[in-house]
Amino acid sequence: MSNTVETLALSRCFGDITAVDGVSLAVRPGEIFGLIGPNGAGKSTLIKMLTTLLPPSSGTARVAGYDVVRQPAQVRRCIGYVPQLLSADGELTGYENLLLSARLYLIPRGERKQRIGAALAMMGLSEVRDRLVRGYSGGMIRRLEIAQSTLHRPQVIFMDEPTVGLDPSGRHAVWNHVAELRRETGAALVVTTHLMDEAETLCDRIAVLHAGRIAAEGTPAELKAAVGPGATLDDAFERLTGGTIGHEGGYSDVRQTRRGTIAHS
Amino acid sequence: MTSDRPGAAPSPIPDRPPSRPIPLRVADYWTQVFAVADAEIRKLRHDPWELATRAIQPVLWLVLFGNVMARVRGLASGGIPYLDFLAPGILAQSVLFVAIFYGISAIWERDLGVLHRYMVSPAPRSALVVGKALSSSVRGLSQAIVIYVCAAVIGVKLSLDPAHFVVVVLLIVLGSGLFSTFSLIIACIVKTRERFMGIGQVLTMPIFFASNAIYPIDLMPQWLKVVSRLNPLSYEVDGLRAMMLQGGASTLGLGRDFAALTLASAIVTVIATRMYPRMTE
Ligand SMILES: Nc1ncnc2c1ncn2[C@@H]1O[C@H](COP(=O)(O)OP(=O)(O)OP(=O)(O)O)[C@@H](O)[C@H]1O
Ligand SMILES: [Mg+2]
Repeated sequence: MSNTVETLALSRCFGDITAVDGVSLAVRPGEIFGLIGPNGAGKSTLIKMLTTLLPPSSGTARVAGYDVVRQPAQVRRCIGYVPQLLSADGELTGYENLLLSARLYLIPRGERKQRIGAALAMMGLSEVRDRLVRGYSGGMIRRLEIAQSTLHRPQVIFMDEPTVGLDPSGRHAVWNHVAELRRETGAALVVTTHLMDEAETLCDRIAVLHAGRIAAEGTPAELKAAVGPGATLDDAFERLTGGTIGHEGGYSDVRQTRRGTIAHS
Repeated sequence: MTSDRPGAAPSPIPDRPPSRPIPLRVADYWTQVFAVADAEIRKLRHDPWELATRAIQPVLWLVLFGNVMARVRGLASGGIPYLDFLAPGILAQSVLFVAIFYGISAIWERDLGVLHRYMVSPAPRSALVVGKALSSSVRGLSQAIVIYVCAAVIGVKLSLDPAHFVVVVLLIVLGSGLFSTFSLIIACIVKTRERFMGIGQVLTMPIFFASNAIYPIDLMPQWLKVVSRLNPLSYEVDGLRAMMLQGGASTLGLGRDFAALTLASAIVTVIATRMYPRMTE
């Protein structure tokens, strides 16, 4: 079976900065693929190219067999996307947010109610469906967005830092739901994160992105083994990127939480 | 291990054959347009205060500005009282002012990430643009209700012919769509809310004053007459003046009003369809 996502020397520049620099990777059907890297590594830029939001400067990418530049409309029908920012519309209810997506994705009218109901139930949001999203917690918004990204049964879902800004319990809830999502839908998942435990818990395979390039790729066990016996994923990451992720991650968490608060309060 | 990446050996594979083009079905297109417009309308229903506060400005224009200017002799043309002359102009003005805010809300949606969700969906980009434009019409129409009531109260002789109402609605839908899409283009160019705030003022005022909204074109110096003839708002006002008032008449011709507004709308829609998707970059 062919790969769900395949990139070849994919690059993107912003002026002098090369945010993504010749990335070649493959995501297999149904797997959870982690992209880890410190702030500014190019994770979001890579995801935006794969979701047709940003044209590549060079290189090619295929998602579900379609070229992201030449066949963007086909790509869009096959993917789900959970952006880094909390993007559910705070002025609408949870149900209305999903209704908007159901219509944009042309889910047949007769199936909309049932599919929205099922998505809300899977993400544990049935009780709050008619409340304005403005009043949701960060974790609930994330789960709503995940529900939204799955409505049309995509082959692959891109999640850009799905747990950023969440407290540990919110984070664990999202992990559980993501794992269940994979069991239920069989979709491949591409998840970016800078949290080692998140990558280790969720991902089948991981690519470490550093300064726009892939520094290493493999299963969590392989990455650890490459450093030495008894090494943690943190050790592996530190070796590959020459920095401690905890420090930079902390800043990003604060920034994201603040943006989330401004957006939804 | 970097040299031997498991699973990462992408070779240039051909496009998925056969890469069938997605057939564009009219019903689907409207579902997507409606999805966008309906979401906006639901937001208004959740927060009707916004509409209420927007209604204050046109009422002030009619009651304060209108009543004072009505005393200036020779201002009204065609022998109708100045307040009658002014009411359609103020309606057109509200349509413009309300629509111009759409650019800011588009930038706001980009900053929040809401826009990204629209853009990763398979909806044709033009459907997203048209959906936004239509939702702006709803705001415009709600302004119209307020202005009709206020105008009736201050004694403007309004036409109550249902056919005229229909044409007024069409004019408002066209005008709202035109100016909101124009505003979207500006948002795509300036990209930040701060800059938009500045430029928004700079753009709306000339559109408003270089039109026939509050004084007849005949009063203008020659060069301004030319400008106002190129200004879509003049056609909006002209059409409204013919349809809103008892015995109202169009100076430019109703057919020409619609043609001008439709043409301008088509142009801005084509431009916005190209520019809007680039906002996520
Ligand atoms: N629109 C843009 N214009 C200019 N530079 C950009 C733009 N988007 C990203 N960059 C730059 O590209 C680099 C990669 O950014 P990107 O957002 O992809 O990183 P990231 O890995 O997602 O980081 P984070 O953990 O902070 O989300 C950064 O140096 C960033 O400043
Ligand atoms: Mg990022």
